Amino acid sequence: MADVTLQTGTAHNSTASGALLAADGTPLKKKLRQALAVSRRRAFLLVAPLLLFILASFAIPILLLLVQGVKDDTFSSIMPETTVVLSEWDANSEPTEDMAAALVADLISARAIDRSLPTKVGTRVNREVSGAISLFKKTTRKAAKMEAPFLAELHKTDKKWKDINYWRAMKIASKTITPAYYAAAVDKKYLADGSFTDQPEDRQIYVSLFLKTILVSGGVMLACILLGFPVAYLLAHLPSRKANLLMIFVLLPFWTSLLVRTTAWIAMLQSAGVLNDLFVWVGITSDDQRFSMIYNMTGTIIAMTHILLPFMILPIYSVMKAIPPSHVRAAKSLGATNWTAFWRVYFPATIPGIGAGGLLVFILAIGYYITPALVGGQDGQLISNFIAYHMQKSLNWSLAAALGGILLVLVLILYWLYDKIVGIDNMKLG
Amino acid sequence: MTGTNGTDDFVVFDQVQKSYDGETLVVKNLNLSIAKGEFLTMLGPSGSGKTTCLMMLAGFETSTHGEIRLGGKPINNIPPHKRGIGMVFQNYALFPHMTVAENLAFPLQVRKMSKAVTREKVAKALDMVQMGEFGDRRPSQLSGGQQQRVALARALVFEPELVLMDEPLGALDKQLREHMQYEIKHLHERLGVTVVYVTHDQSEALTMSDRIAVFDDGVIQQLAAPSVLYEKPENAFVASFIGENNKLRANVDTVSDGVAHVTIDSGDKVQALAVNCGQNGNTMLSIRPERVLLSADAPNRLEGKVLELIYLGDHIRCRMAVAGHDEFIVKVPNSSDHAALNVGETCSVGWLTEDCRALDAA
Repeated sequence: MADVTLQTGTAHNSTASGALLAADGTPLKKKLRQALAVSRRRAFLLVAPLLLFILASFAIPILLLLVQGVKDDTFSSIMPETTVVLSEWDANSEPTEDMAAALVADLISARAIDRSLPTKVGTRVNREVSGAISLFKKTTRKAAKMEAPFLAELHKTDKKWKDINYWRAMKIASKTITPAYYAAAVDKKYLADGSFTDQPEDRQIYVSLFLKTILVSGGVMLACILLGFPVAYLLAHLPSRKANLLMIFVLLPFWTSLLVRTTAWIAMLQSAGVLNDLFVWVGITSDDQRFSMIYNMTGTIIAMTHILLPFMILPIYSVMKAIPPSHVRAAKSLGATNWTAFWRVYFPATIPGIGAGGLLVFILAIGYYITPALVGGQDGQLISNFIAYHMQKSLNWSLAAALGGILLVLVLILYWLYDKIVGIDNMKLG
Repeated sequence: MTGTNGTDDFVVFDQVQKSYDGETLVVKNLNLSIAKGEFLTMLGPSGSGKTTCLMMLAGFETSTHGEIRLGGKPINNIPPHKRGIGMVFQNYALFPHMTVAENLAFPLQVRKMSKAVTREKVAKALDMVQMGEFGDRRPSQLSGGQQQRVALARALVFEPELVLMDEPLGALDKQLREHMQYEIKHLHERLGVTVVYVTHDQSEALTMSDRIAVFDDGVIQQLAAPSVLYEKPENAFVASFIGENNKLRANVDTVSDGVAHVTIDSGDKVQALAVNCGQNGNTMLSIRPERVLLSADAPNRLEGKVLELIYLGDHIRCRMAVAGHDEFIVKVPNSSDHAALNVGETCSVGWLTEDCRALDAA
């Protein structure tokens, strides 16, 4: 009750400062909120199933994976004592007896829980310095019989323990929250003392791969604009019966499997394929100098352009459909030639569609996986193929997550740029 | 008339036909001459071929047969952008990505005029339609009437001798439409350009035009000045399309000295002006509601029963049953001595012979 009186009191006060009141004395804004609450709740309930589905199957997994890009507790969970001791070490002085004792103790207790655990630790450390897996296997086997002083015993077991780099690698691996993977994803190496350095030349692949992916996506986008614009124009201007038929051809790729479409390109482009046979027959090339158009970048670009073309055509088409024919007629009646009328009146009106299609194709292309995997060969691989490699083959999920995270940031930057230059409000998808 | 380059036939349609599908003619054998400086309106219901005629003149449609001449020269094979005809479209067709000033500069830029001349002409054209301060706005920031003015200025800024207008006021509300009618009329008088105007609104046509061509079914039904069109319609279509009109079916008995003696379906015998009723057979009598006389000593008297009275301020609209026809409308002016009418009463209805026209029985 006290609350209610207080509220009415404030309401009256706010009348003095100019707020409007409803007929029963409550502030109008509050009354409006109450009136809208029911419909808002109903609307929320309608979308709730989808929201839950997206949260459970999309948003949360992505978040977890992104977290994995900076969090790795393999080492710290299996080797708790070593982690504590290593965190106090400055990474420059000689490894101490305490560190060795903790290492041996952790290895013994880990082996007791599960024989594979020390190997997991070895794999993790191996990402920082090679040769760690065999070192850990060997040490674990002999750990049970070791006696103090442990440092000397370790040196006796394997000379590698005299190398400070293995200890440094363990210190890096022991950090639960680590920038090591993001550093690796941009060809940097995270050092034990907390600084970064370039990866050795022959291991710098990701930055150039990102650049290549962006270039290929841009190329595919441009090719889609050049090929899609005339088709969209035709679609928007043919009589509706013919336009519908053409629309079916545009949509046909959507109804066939991605695999079928991609393998069809293999049949078309391979060196004994349809196109090369045609070239040889026509005399463009000779039988022993057939073009290699597949299992390389050319194949990737051709197949991706074909697959992504509808995503370009449809937004442009829907924008063109909404341009009143009287605009071009007006331009012509004002004295513009066909070209001027197109370039100065029609084309500017299609830019929202080109922008929407371009953004859509670019974002799809930058993360495209199956097509480059099937027809890309060696040099046609894109960043997504390496993410898949780290997810499936090398099982370095954290690096995969870091690469994916950078890809996501790239897309968001593009989106922001697009909003700055063209304006998201101008985007028309259909 | 044909082939000469006089002022009386600045624009000539010579036996023009148009078909879209090869089966029906949208425009059937059109012959029309428009004088220089004239304001000619093509009036007709939708689908009557008036817009097609305009589009053929503008160059956006090609005629299936016949010749269109502008200033004595055939323009059938001249593309629209070389015809030099200004055009105002139904939905204004202002370019949304250009400002008002850029819209107006467009026709001057494509004619490669210098920047200084362009700026001067644009400013002059904007002032002409009282839009001088709106040069930097986008079309979307203007009201419908303002957009209309800009479209008008754009069609006039490159000083064409002929301006076509395709229902330009169709999207405006009634009050603004009437205001713009006067504005366009005054602009036409001031600039002396030839205007071909298409509309389906008869009051718009009557207000603005020097001559009106009434279209129906691809044929010009009548081409005349507004007053002639209203007072002396030549056929039943024009009589009923322009203004309000009472129609009575009748049979012609005899025609003498331009007066038709007819028998109405109810059996009453009356007289009417013979316009195109033939010597005998069916005819349609047409009497304007304001020309009906409600006095006992009027000629051509019939019995009428008052069915409905609607008070409209300046006049009273009275629906009556006359000769078995119960949509007979009489407009009684609200003068101090007007006849007192009551629903259900009967009274005498008559007309002067020259006010009733015996037309074709369409």
